[in-house]
Amino acid sequence: MNNRSNHSISKMIEEKASNRGMTKFAEGLMPKVFLTCALISILTTVGIVLTLIFETFSFFQEVQVAEFITSSDWYPLHGDPSYGIRPLITGTLMIAAIAMLIAIPIGLASAIFLSEYASDKTRRMVKPILEVLAGIPTIVYGFFALTFVTPLLQNIIPGLSIYNALSPGIVVGIMIIPMVASLSEDAMSAVPQSMREGAFALGSTRFEVAVKVVLPAALSGIIASFVLAVSRAIGETMIVTVAGGSNPTTSMDVTSAVQTMTAYIVQVTLGDAGYGTTEYYSIYAVGMTLFIFTLVMNVIAHIISKRFREVY
Amino acid sequence: MLANTKSEPVVEETNEDKAVDMNKNVYKVDQLNLWYGKDQALINVDMDIPENQVTAIIGPSGCGKSTFIKTLNRMTEMIPIVKTNGSIYYRDENIFDKKYKVEQLRTKVGMVFQKPNPFPKSIYENVVYGPKIHGIKDKKILDDIVEKSLKGAALWDEVKDRLKENAFGLSGGQQQRLCIARCLAVEPDVILMDEPTSALDPISTLKIEELVQELKKDYSIVIVTHNMQQAGRISDKTAFFLNGEIIEYDDTSTIFSSPQDKRTEDYISGRFG
Repeated sequence: MNNRSNHSISKMIEEKASNRGMTKFAEGLMPKVFLTCALISILTTVGIVLTLIFETFSFFQEVQVAEFITSSDWYPLHGDPSYGIRPLITGTLMIAAIAMLIAIPIGLASAIFLSEYASDKTRRMVKPILEVLAGIPTIVYGFFALTFVTPLLQNIIPGLSIYNALSPGIVVGIMIIPMVASLSEDAMSAVPQSMREGAFALGSTRFEVAVKVVLPAALSGIIASFVLAVSRAIGETMIVTVAGGSNPTTSMDVTSAVQTMTAYIVQVTLGDAGYGTTEYYSIYAVGMTLFIFTLVMNVIAHIISKRFREVY
Repeated sequence: MLANTKSEPVVEETNEDKAVDMNKNVYKVDQLNLWYGKDQALINVDMDIPENQVTAIIGPSGCGKSTFIKTLNRMTEMIPIVKTNGSIYYRDENIFDKKYKVEQLRTKVGMVFQKPNPFPKSIYENVVYGPKIHGIKDKKILDDIVEKSLKGAALWDEVKDRLKENAFGLSGGQQQRLCIARCLAVEPDVILMDEPTSALDPISTLKIEELVQELKKDYSIVIVTHNMQQAGRISDKTAFFLNGEIIEYDDTSTIFSSPQDKRTEDYISGRFG
């Protein structure tokens, strides 16, 4: 019985084998299709980077590199323009710093709650909700900052100007909370349960297990999430354009208007800088600076999460 | 202490010849039942666990032996669907009592797991973890604890020159002894071992077995094992579990030479399991 049925199945397979020849062409074609798709994004990236480099190069034929780096004045629209990137970097980093002050504690606390305290049911409910925050268009956050957070802050801090660094900083922080929370939670959930058991069995409380065992074990993933979040904060555009103002300054005053690199690029693209003018090329130089910042951040995040991955 | 007013005579056929003395028992398990959701994993378990002896728990897979040992330090609570009733008296206090502090229980009752589970920290930090969370900060005392615990776990000579290295660099057997050292560092009263050698090679197993013999001078040990020879070699008393019930519990020599129950005999002689 057994033999016979085996025999007929093997026969059927043999018959089908001839048909499979038809698929051989598709078999060979598919990898090429996939490769092409993969290449599209790689080529686009290369194209963008090359454009950035060429246009930046054009910019530096008119403006000295030294001036760009060292000068502390950014007045591209003056009769006697000055192109010192420092005010834009100051504005960008200031907003990113405020954002991280908000996002790190709240994001990390949410991650600890979700990974160490919440029941499975709660986690399955809360995590998607948290991630909805990440899906809100940034322009909505921008208006939220300008029309809600800023007036609220003006009640607390008299003299806070309508455009300031504090409000968009806070809102950028709120925007990246889900990112920190979600990535940190992933890192903490990846810590083997046996490690928690070991700690509980020594008489640890839940908080001690979370802070002294799970957190250190997941540290690489957690730090990587911070770095990616910083990168996101630096690149954030709409919120800072809408609520941050357009006042490039090296002052660290969070209550007055600032300008970030991204907001400057928006300002120039929306304005009527003629093609080929120095002002036009300047957005590429700023874009290049921004790109270097976020690239470095992402590389650091990658190295951190890779270097410490094999700890457990 | 109060909890012990419940002094009804539990069936203790095995202990009749020895003077039954509560002080000699670290644990007294009384009519323990446990459910995972709707599946009952432990049925009316009664068991006294003697001080400074090795008590082995044997039985086929799924008989409830691991579940049982994990109720002794309430680790079963980590699984939300677990429900228990009955009582477990540890040193005359019911550990299921609402006021009973589980952290305190787990400090007195250490546990070694099936797979070595050191923390991703240095060897030194692994050992001092317990003392540190319980508030010991003095560097000198901690140094002493590390040396004493590692010596107690027969690991000191192998690692004394690399205490600052990550524990994951140790072999499986060394990691398991590190886990024992980590457990000894808080000077527990009882050590629970849940198949501590099942993930180890024969030589590491032998070392752990020798260590258990050494440790019973100072600690009461409960060890779950699926290896009957191991139970025979190292334990003083043996309990045979089957389908969540204790079938037989007696001196190891009695269990292995003249078991009273047919099922025990069948299991011991390798007819199933």
